[in-house]
Amino acid sequence: MPKLTVNGIEVEVEDGATVLHACEEAGVEIPRFCYHDRLSIAGNCRMCLVDMERAPKPIASCAMPAGEGMVIRTDTDRVTKAREGVMEFLLINHPLDCPICDQGGECDLQDQAMGYGFDSSRYEENKRAVEDKHMGPLISTTMTRCIHCTRCVRFATEVAGVPELGAIGRGESMEITTYLEKTLASELSANVIDLCPVGALTSKPYAFTARPWELTKTESVDVMDAVGSNIRVDSRGAQVLRVLPRLNEDINEEWISDKTRYAIDGLRRQRLDKPFIRGRDGKLAPASWDDALGTVAARLKKAKPAAMAAITGDQCDAESMFALKRLFDKLGSGNIDCRQDGAALGGARAGYLFNSTIAGIDEADALLVIGSNPRIEAAVLNARIRRNWLATRLPVAVIGPQMDLTYDAETLGDDPAILADILSGKAKFAAKLKRAKKPMIIIGMGALARPDGAAILGKAHEIADAYGVVAGDWNGFNVLHTAAARVAGLDLGLMPGRGQMDVAGMYKAAEAGKLDVVWLQAADEIDADRLKGAFVIYQGHHGDRGAHIADVILPGAAYTEKDGIYLNTEGRVQYAGRATFPPGEAREDWTIIRALAGRMGVNIGFDSLDELRAELFEIAPHFANQDEVKSARWAKFGGRGKISSTPVAAALDGFYMTCAVSRASETMGQCLTALRADRAQDAAE
Amino acid sequence: MRAMIDSLRSFLLLELGKGLFLTLKYFFRPKVTINYPYEKGSLSPRFRGEHALRRYPNGEERCIACKLCEAVCPAQAITIEAEPRDDGSRRTTRYDIDMTKCIYCGFCEEACPVDAIVEGPNFEFATETREELYYDKDKLLANGDRWETEIARNLAADARWR
Repeated sequence: MPKLTVNGIEVEVEDGATVLHACEEAGVEIPRFCYHDRLSIAGNCRMCLVDMERAPKPIASCAMPAGEGMVIRTDTDRVTKAREGVMEFLLINHPLDCPICDQGGECDLQDQAMGYGFDSSRYEENKRAVEDKHMGPLISTTMTRCIHCTRCVRFATEVAGVPELGAIGRGESMEITTYLEKTLASELSANVIDLCPVGALTSKPYAFTARPWELTKTESVDVMDAVGSNIRVDSRGAQVLRVLPRLNEDINEEWISDKTRYAIDGLRRQRLDKPFIRGRDGKLAPASWDDALGTVAARLKKAKPAAMAAITGDQCDAESMFALKRLFDKLGSGNIDCRQDGAALGGARAGYLFNSTIAGIDEADALLVIGSNPRIEAAVLNARIRRNWLATRLPVAVIGPQMDLTYDAETLGDDPAILADILSGKAKFAAKLKRAKKPMIIIGMGALARPDGAAILGKAHEIADAYGVVAGDWNGFNVLHTAAARVAGLDLGLMPGRGQMDVAGMYKAAEAGKLDVVWLQAADEIDADRLKGAFVIYQGHHGDRGAHIADVILPGAAYTEKDGIYLNTEGRVQYAGRATFPPGEAREDWTIIRALAGRMGVNIGFDSLDELRAELFEIAPHFANQDEVKSARWAKFGGRGKISSTPVAAALDGFYMTCAVSRASETMGQCLTALRADRAQDAAE
Repeated sequence: MRAMIDSLRSFLLLELGKGLFLTLKYFFRPKVTINYPYEKGSLSPRFRGEHALRRYPNGEERCIACKLCEAVCPAQAITIEAEPRDDGSRRTTRYDIDMTKCIYCGFCEEACPVDAIVEGPNFEFATETREELYYDKDKLLANGDRWETEIARNLAADARWR
């Protein structure tokens, strides 16, 4: 723990910290371009120069390790002069195009030029011009603006694990390039836009649309995957214009996936903005709320409780799921299921949580992935696994199809029988798992969302017991969900009890004509055709699979349009704020259910969101503890049964289009097209 | 005594005569009024009148949608929406000024990095309805085309002090 003095203030920093850290500790801000907390140190922008006693010239504070007894000064004339010199050099080749640059208003170079720049240039020669590079449909490049901090290169190589960005040439002819003019093949690629301290890399879909000072910023939570990345939703008027990451060390650090960032243009397309009723001609016709609710109320009143069912979708907030459950309870029906993919989850809480927490990945020393592709199911979480692998060469094995996870992973095969081999110690990886002090299992929906899912979960439980995955205060048994609403749904008990129908049961009943009414709450990942036998009520925001078979559509709010509680795969409770209002006549989901209950003369016990939450906290008190994880006691879960020999498949068949919002998104479509084109080109070569 | 003099003065209409004499005096002096609208007063090159969006001599619109005028406008009279044009350049798709909100401070003109939005010499743009005072991009560009000669001359005349 070296002690040093910064501007006369004595500070003590951790071993391995740099002078820049020490300066920050002392409350002195150091200007920088190339240095970034989460990337390796490059030391090439020279903006962070400070004076050190007995040093003949200023030192780059980001690259100088803090040493015992150092005396640092950041307020001398020499430091100011050095920084002004660096700034002048940087501005020599930087174009004066701030008015047309999208970074304008949130640009590090602009801000620091205010502090250290001159008002006029002494450079009279021609400025450098660099050809723009193609980086796919998300990243727009203006390479003339680049100041060669290499943050993007380091991000792609270190965090994203796709070493496709690099710098070629030296000095003035240095250029950042993708070498082959290909799309950056990473699910995290757009984070380089946030990292770029200038306007060289900017967002293509957001190009020229708004300035940062015009936007209303709302803190929210992402629902595109079950990681629950913290996001900031920037909106103007009724439109969500962009999504940026919010710092949360426990979840997403400061990255978000491309889908989180860019699926939002789907919020403007294919929206259900008024109620619809299917007429006698078999076509959906716009209707008034009064008629729609009247039709639904009449149908629900007529149906027997045993012949009505509800399925909740993957992006529902806890409040709307709770409201629907309360309504069904009051109507006397228990046929409600939040697991539209049929995953064998439920029962003991430890059996459906990411028990080690996402931050726990940093501590793991062996990892077994079963039926999951973390790279596409939880891209940000995958970056954490990769970081551990980079630091400790974490041994990773995968049961499932061959996949590129951006780190070395041993593919054991996709035969579920390998689970038994691991349990008996026959499989190669078993020894590594045995040796590990903090072994970790990540089991995904590829293994659980199948008829024998319960048996696989049970087998994984046995492996966990046999290999000390749960020992002391370490619980390395992790379920990686793909649905943002799943944990909240399970915690609220949105699953059928004994003798009641789950999703598979509903399909069967609908086909047999025994299901009168089925309520789909934004549930689109279903086998829609099999539900056609029933009267389908679709409450949701997009005209997707569920809405196509609906007999009545009740337009609801998407995740940016309501205050909601979400639990991520760890069970962390997070509150999302409303950024815009739902379009047209669409309403927040719980209000629709409240209005219907009023119409049916059923008292569901709340009239406002606060009252609803109070009721919700009564049955699930941990929902009140924002940003906290209520850890689960290790217990018995999973079934015994026979495991079939069907290969373990991936839970999702792609990254870009996985939900109603991303399917409606033009940008995600472009990404998919670009990805396919690049793959076709690779195959042709 | 004083009352007698006062009544004599009013009886002789002395004040009236004085007033009429003043009128007569001004009758022979040069006129200070002008015969508006047939005659017009002179305007400073800095006069801040009706807004106009200018073009480059080759016909390309100057405005690059940087939104600095929108940001600086104290009356929040300007609304801009932008997107990449087909050739990839940054242009506005909407440039509205609510002339009923505008306070004619000239900050927009000051903020513009490309001299696109200017307040021209025209002050005769009264309308019969409020709606006609909600200017859109076409109207502003048309203003620019109509007044370009005068605007360019005024800018040139004032360039020394900018």
